[in-house]
Amino acid sequence: MKTSPAPPSGGSRAMRFFALVRKETLQVMRDPSSIMIAFVLPVILLFIFGYGVSLDAYSTRISLVDENPTQLSKDLAASFIHSRYFAVTLGSDRRPFEDALIAGRTRGVVVIPATFTADFAAAGNPSVQVIVDGADTNTANFVQNYAAGVVNTWAAGRRAELGGAAPTIDVQQRVWFNAALASRNFLVPGSIAIVMTLIGTMLTSLVVAREWERGTMEAIMATPVTAIELLASKVLPYFILGMTSATLCLALAVWLFGVPFHGSVGAFYLLAASFLVPALGQGLLISAATKNQFLASQAALISAFLPSFLLSGFLFEIDSMPTAIQWLTLIVPARYLIPSLQSVFLAGDVWPLFLQDIAAMLAIGAVFFLGAARTTRKRIA
Amino acid sequence: MWGRLKALIVKELLAVLRDPKSRTIIIVPPLIQLLVFSYAATLEVKNVDLLALNHDSGHWSQELIERIEGAPTFRHVTIAESEAQVRRTIDMRQAIGAVVIGPTFSRDIASGAGADLQVILDGRRSNAAQIVGGYLDEIAQGVAQDAAASGARAPPQVTIAARNWFNPNLTYQWFLVPNLIALIALLIGLLVTALSVARERELGTFDQLMVSPLRVHEVLIGKVLPPILIGLFHITLYVLAAIFMFHVPLRGPLPMLYVAGLVYLAAVAGVGLFISSLSMTQQQAILGAFLFLVPATLLSGFATPIENMPTWLQPATAINPLRYFLVVVRGVFLRDMSIGEILSQTLPLVLIASVTLTAAAWLFRRRME
Repeated sequence: MKTSPAPPSGGSRAMRFFALVRKETLQVMRDPSSIMIAFVLPVILLFIFGYGVSLDAYSTRISLVDENPTQLSKDLAASFIHSRYFAVTLGSDRRPFEDALIAGRTRGVVVIPATFTADFAAAGNPSVQVIVDGADTNTANFVQNYAAGVVNTWAAGRRAELGGAAPTIDVQQRVWFNAALASRNFLVPGSIAIVMTLIGTMLTSLVVAREWERGTMEAIMATPVTAIELLASKVLPYFILGMTSATLCLALAVWLFGVPFHGSVGAFYLLAASFLVPALGQGLLISAATKNQFLASQAALISAFLPSFLLSGFLFEIDSMPTAIQWLTLIVPARYLIPSLQSVFLAGDVWPLFLQDIAAMLAIGAVFFLGAARTTRKRIA
Repeated sequence: MWGRLKALIVKELLAVLRDPKSRTIIIVPPLIQLLVFSYAATLEVKNVDLLALNHDSGHWSQELIERIEGAPTFRHVTIAESEAQVRRTIDMRQAIGAVVIGPTFSRDIASGAGADLQVILDGRRSNAAQIVGGYLDEIAQGVAQDAAASGARAPPQVTIAARNWFNPNLTYQWFLVPNLIALIALLIGLLVTALSVARERELGTFDQLMVSPLRVHEVLIGKVLPPILIGLFHITLYVLAAIFMFHVPLRGPLPMLYVAGLVYLAAVAGVGLFISSLSMTQQQAILGAFLFLVPATLLSGFATPIENMPTWLQPATAINPLRYFLVVVRGVFLRDMSIGEILSQTLPLVLIASVTLTAAAWLFRRRME
């Protein structure tokens, strides 16, 4: 609004504001899809991350070819069979397994060559071949590393038996915050950020875009409501919806999935609330800029949902990305929520980390809200 | 009938492509996705920071730290002064972990007795932590072996000859870009179809369609074909990018990719139309599409293999069209999968497509009456 009318008295202003909030809230409550996205989708997502998606690969299907079974090679094969990381199919010929590898029915083929036992006895250079399916690089890396682990552990055991004990370094691993290294424990807190992105940005951008599409936005603008009041009334119901959904997520994470919660509930809510500021701001900005539900959904998908998934450190390490993309992650709000959320669950209240992340989220939020306010004003000027 | 149908298809395509913003959003975001996400979505671990708390002043601890610093996995190895500093730095996530070297480390190695090394890892990043733990173990064993080599006895070492089929250097983009072909087709195909009926209903033009001379099945074909065409366009765009930009080897029969792709898109369009017929508004359609999209992506074998999912959940992936098409794109691009093998993956897609399209048609008819 370029020229605001004479400021109304405080009382009527508050009444006007609450009337708007009430209208928005009714709109949310009446549409089953908002409720679905706020309460059904979180349950599905947490369920999938709690049970379905696991980065801890147990029982990966591999094939083992023992070209010349001897006492020694059978002993090595047994190490593979007993490893909890592999589900082994045994054979003596590599060819059928190579076909299975092409068809994707097996992830890797471990070949103990015919000369293995002789080489080992002669202190030659015994070797084990590991063929992996490079078409799936994650699993390929995994199979390689763990196959090497199995062989090395086995070889060390044999050497000890042979009495040729070389100095070994016994690496004692201590994993802080998540001793069992369960991926569920960091995926479930991370998926809360995804849920809140969906509510904060996706849902908000759709609802407000619909008002623009239908022209009801202009109708409201023609009333004495100021742009700030209008935006605030749009945002408040979704803020409450987002916080309610966060509560549901927290309850499910702790009671259903047994994710440890070492921090304080206050810190959890503070982080969730801080994240909703940029998320809602982004939703408003998208709707004001696109004014069309299809465009808004695509824009929210590309600029909010996918980055929360892929550029936030949720599944993929930010440190491992190319430098240009690492810079890009700096403007993804979820990048600041996820580390703090993981900490509040697994490590406890690490306030220096939280404050730093909260400051970043609020700063990004301020930029989005300013952008949304400017775009809204410009549209009707 | 053909004239009517053609008019309807043109109208549906125009509904998506008429507006310049809409055109941009159909072309630009998929390209951004390809560029940004194909480099970002890696489970590899590189450039992580580590701490070293060294209580030892001998040669072997220096050697160990130098080797860790030299490994591509690690960016900086900061020498920590105290336990408290280790605690603080890991808490703040400024390092993924620490190696703690005891005061007798070098002496123990030199004496041949074997030494202890403590590794602390941040379990909040448990996936990366596991990989880092594995690398550190490997580096430590390397140091131990060299110490042994300088000594007298050399017991047999078992070497591991690793061969990576289809992707010798395990280039991550070779894996990811073909997968993205299947993902983008799902994303676009689903959203465009899901919106089609819902948009007409919201704008009130659905009633006009009902009073037009078009038969129900014609309307259905008219709704399903444009998203399939747009999906095929995206598949082509991504295939070209995969071949010419990312140099992913195309070893299998490309026409078969299109055969399977067509059936896959039909299955996706069926799901989209079903959601669209169920929805009263565009908002419901988009959110409904999400409700399908997210589980379908996560339970497809894309990021994590299906066999790692719990046994009771694995059957649920059998009705997921993405699961089968992923096998086909990976097969055609990297593996030189045989036509028979591709057809065996296409068959379930045919079944899924006939079920989703029939269900959509049934629901659509009910809504029209």
